Amino acid sequence: MGRNPVTWLGSPAFPDAARRALDDTQLRGNLRKATTTIRGKRESVVSELDDWEELRRAGESIKDDVLTNLDTYLERLEAAVTERGGVVHWARDADEANRIVLDLARQEGADGVVKVKSMATAEIGLNEALADGGVDAIETDLAEVIVQLGNDRPSHILVPAIHRNRAEIKEIFAQMPEPPDSDDPRALAEAARKYLRRKFLSSKVAISGANFGVAETGSIVVVESEGNGRMCLTLPETLITVMGIEKVLPRWQDLEVFLQLLPRSSTAERMNPYTSIWSGVTPGDGPQKFHLVLLDNGRTSTLADEVGRQALRCIRCSACLNVCPVYERTGGQAYGSVYPGPIGAILAPQLAGDLHDEQAASLPYASSLCGACYEVCPVRINIPEVLTHLRAEVVEAKGKRTPEAMAMSAAAWVFGDRRRYEAAQRAGSLTRFLARDGTLSSLPWPGSKWTDTRDAPVVPKESFRSWWRRNRG
Amino acid sequence: MNGPRVALFPTCLTDTAFPETAKAMVRLLERLGCDVEFPLDQTCCGQMHFNTGYADHARPMARAFADVFDGYDHIVAPSGSCAGMVREIHPNLCDSSSAALRTYELSEFLVDVLGVVDVGAHFPHRVTYHPTCHSLRMLGVGDKPLRLLRAVSGLELIPLPQAEQCCGFGGTFALKNAETSTAMLADKMRCVQDTGAQVVTAGDNSCLMQIGGGLSRLRAGVRPVHLAEILASTQEEPWVATP
Repeated sequence: MGRNPVTWLGSPAFPDAARRALDDTQLRGNLRKATTTIRGKRESVVSELDDWEELRRAGESIKDDVLTNLDTYLERLEAAVTERGGVVHWARDADEANRIVLDLARQEGADGVVKVKSMATAEIGLNEALADGGVDAIETDLAEVIVQLGNDRPSHILVPAIHRNRAEIKEIFAQMPEPPDSDDPRALAEAARKYLRRKFLSSKVAISGANFGVAETGSIVVVESEGNGRMCLTLPETLITVMGIEKVLPRWQDLEVFLQLLPRSSTAERMNPYTSIWSGVTPGDGPQKFHLVLLDNGRTSTLADEVGRQALRCIRCSACLNVCPVYERTGGQAYGSVYPGPIGAILAPQLAGDLHDEQAASLPYASSLCGACYEVCPVRINIPEVLTHLRAEVVEAKGKRTPEAMAMSAAAWVFGDRRRYEAAQRAGSLTRFLARDGTLSSLPWPGSKWTDTRDAPVVPKESFRSWWRRNRG
Repeated sequence: MNGPRVALFPTCLTDTAFPETAKAMVRLLERLGCDVEFPLDQTCCGQMHFNTGYADHARPMARAFADVFDGYDHIVAPSGSCAGMVREIHPNLCDSSSAALRTYELSEFLVDVLGVVDVGAHFPHRVTYHPTCHSLRMLGVGDKPLRLLRAVSGLELIPLPQAEQCCGFGGTFALKNAETSTAMLADKMRCVQDTGAQVVTAGDNSCLMQIGGGLSRLRAGVRPVHLAEILASTQEEPWVATP
């Protein structure tokens, strides 16, 4: 089994990547504008529903049922899809899934495929694997086109090119056969349309992900805004869908809950413009060959973690990114994974499954634990809880000999006894002699991490407890 | 006194670095008829350890907290995050959690337990309020601090833009991701300064240490003052700035 491509090889640990991103003025401006707008919109469409909290709880409990009975529902889905003329494949990891898709594309004699925007295929690095096998994968979601033609990486789950502005997009689109003549959004969209139309009409194979897979009926659901996904899902002869195993839903009726939760949380719309649903193959209508690749890639091992498994409830709406104060400042690429933001900070390290990796181990710390993510999550993933849980696993993986672990042990020893604590208070108050004019603006490392940008409080000579003893004791 | 028996849990940070806040709590709670005690064996609730990934170190601290505060009617802290740690996390760390369930953040205790909104305070300054994340989202204190502030005579309350965004403190986050923490702080400071307030207040000295530390570095002339100190201030015994 190769390295899990869910985190990008060679990405620096979060603090270093973040430092670089913070210096990018353009990025900061783009992100602030985009996240502020979408936050406001989400709030207003969510407040329209007086049963929003009940919907969240329903979403949570359906997903928990799925995770508890995953084996049953997956076999039911497999049976239903097969019965309706689809072929189901099982992939343990990224390598297996990529090989299955490549073989299928080759069987169809395709040297190019069109793609519906999909997190699962991005997670396994499918485009790169297909390219290595001589198959050209063309992204058709507008933002994915920008990322792909810009030879770039995504920075948001829903809006992967959120870090780009229209001037940059015009430059990227200059390589199209009919490039845009201005950076007007209409001109950019028209150029993309012409570029994509040709691909839609000439491709025999399409590849998609899945928002939901209904076990009861064998139906696969993709929701989108542009209609480009619909083109891929209907025009080609062969459709290959890569779906994470946690995306299965037990019943058709369950869609009622998720088709309300997802658009409101992700694009802040009451309903998304295009919802495509297909069940196996329908003779004479749409793709006549359908393959469903069920992807594990770290999900079963995540499922084994009682606290961490709630991350598998995620429906990829990206509401947590849009409210996250860390994401708003660093953008998505700093997380070094196709899954950025708060959900990425708990999902990517679990799927990658290696907390000895410095980059993966830095992700659970990429949060101030402010809890805004948990508040908006449509399936009530307690992200702060999982973050602290994963931090404990990181600490365990790193061992007791790091400077931090030793400092924490020392602090715990001090707090373990009142007299030791009081002695430490007296020692701490000596830092007051470092203050000048009542301001403490320089401390030695690691205190310098604080005083580089902030003054530190001047610890007074008398603690509260000393005062209490003197006056009340 | 026959008032409610209240154990003060000033938190290790306030005990050590911000004693004026704890003294203000004593004045305020006694003025409201409480019988205030300070159990001297208390140290730290273990929040820093737990949140940084050292739950094994936090566990004995949670147990010690339960022992120290056993038998008090109410335990009151000038901190949303430490009260949140005790009430929401301690029960998962150790069994003896009855003390945890009687632990309140100051504004909750005043409004929910004592049932007061007007505490008879006087504070003739322009003030803006930062609702700290753990008060807001972990404890759900809602607008209780604002209701308390609105009842303070002489106080001009100015709404803080984007108030619910984190100040960037986040405990060890402020050191481990110092640059991101600072970027968050920069935006928070801009919002504070835009209000034209003389004083920024909050229910947590850790967040005020971050916001105040940044404002002090800029010589912004906006002073961080804990909510308890505002509520303790009266005509007769007004708040005075400590150097």
